Amino acid sequence: MSADGPSYLDGNAAAGALSEVFAVDVTAAIGRCAGCGRTEAFGAAHLYTQAPGLVARCAGCDAVLLRVVTTRTETWLDLRGLTHLRIPTAE
Amino acid sequence: MARAAVRRRLTWQVGTVAEVYDETATARTLVLDVPDWPGHLAGQHVDIRLTAPDGYRASRSYSIASMPSGDRVELTVERLDDGEVSPYLTQVLSPGDPLEIRGPVGGWFVWRPDQPGPVQLIAGGSGVVPLMAMLRTHAAAGSEAPVRMLYSVRRPAAVIYRDELARRSAAGELELTLAFTREAPADDPRPPGRVDADLVARVTWPPQASPISYVCGPTPFVETVADLLVTAGHDPATIRTERFGGSR
Repeated sequence: MSADGPSYLDGNAAAGALSEVFAVDVTAAIGRCAGCGRTEAFGAAHLYTQAPGLVARCAGCDAVLLRVVTTRTETWLDLRGLTHLRIPTAE
Repeated sequence: MARAAVRRRLTWQVGTVAEVYDETATARTLVLDVPDWPGHLAGQHVDIRLTAPDGYRASRSYSIASMPSGDRVELTVERLDDGEVSPYLTQVLSPGDPLEIRGPVGGWFVWRPDQPGPVQLIAGGSGVVPLMAMLRTHAAAGSEAPVRMLYSVRRPAAVIYRDELARRSAAGELELTLAFTREAPADDPRPPGRVDADLVARVTWPPQASPISYVCGPTPFVETVADLLVTAGHDPATIRTERFGGSR
């Protein structure tokens, strides 16, 4: 990735890492940003992968929504920036 | 099946390469046999993990190209010469080799056959891969949702799935526009150039048709196209994007 272009992916790209933790697909869930109140599918968030782990930021205000880091023995999940996640239930 | 595919925790499993074939000089399709594959939705992706002899691991996400069909999963991988994973997948991996895979994942950038409305697919380069899964699924399901595809690609030789796209287009399954950015065929009325507002206005669904748009490609491409669609009057909530970076 060049340094001059946008360097993020979509929340979609976190689906694999999050599937190790959640039994439901979080990328289709609607999340509310604790920073600006925007509600949007998690899959539409901006995802930064050039870090030890994944950092998802709000596409509206750039606040951190979620961080997930997997080490050899544990997965750390930081959900500080989401006031809620609305997850569709199975019919 | 679709629900079963997402309502469980996933972990790595081992698939076996059944076949490989080249789509272009730099893109190769890997046909994998994955035991007990739960099925997938068009547009979903998998993570692939490679482990070096010293234990170093690298994983990348790749879109699924095939429609759901038994234990078979097809990925099309574009080789990045400075990549860590794609050169191995496109030049070394051979039939019979094992491959660690996790998936299918992603429930946002998906097209379901019961979606009624028009579909707008917009691909940049190898971003065509998950859109091909949508086209194949659309045809297999006999969906009557009208589909338009705008595929931006550097030159004719770089068009992935060229013959299949031509065949499906001729059969009326989609309205296809190839937009060449560097080098166009002699009979192409449009000089080579990037996708712009004029092209979007001419060949994609207007906002009044209320399409769901799927845009996949490198991050700057997706950024540009999503902005063009919003400027053209599309509701941002109807635009689904899948960006990929240079680390593939």
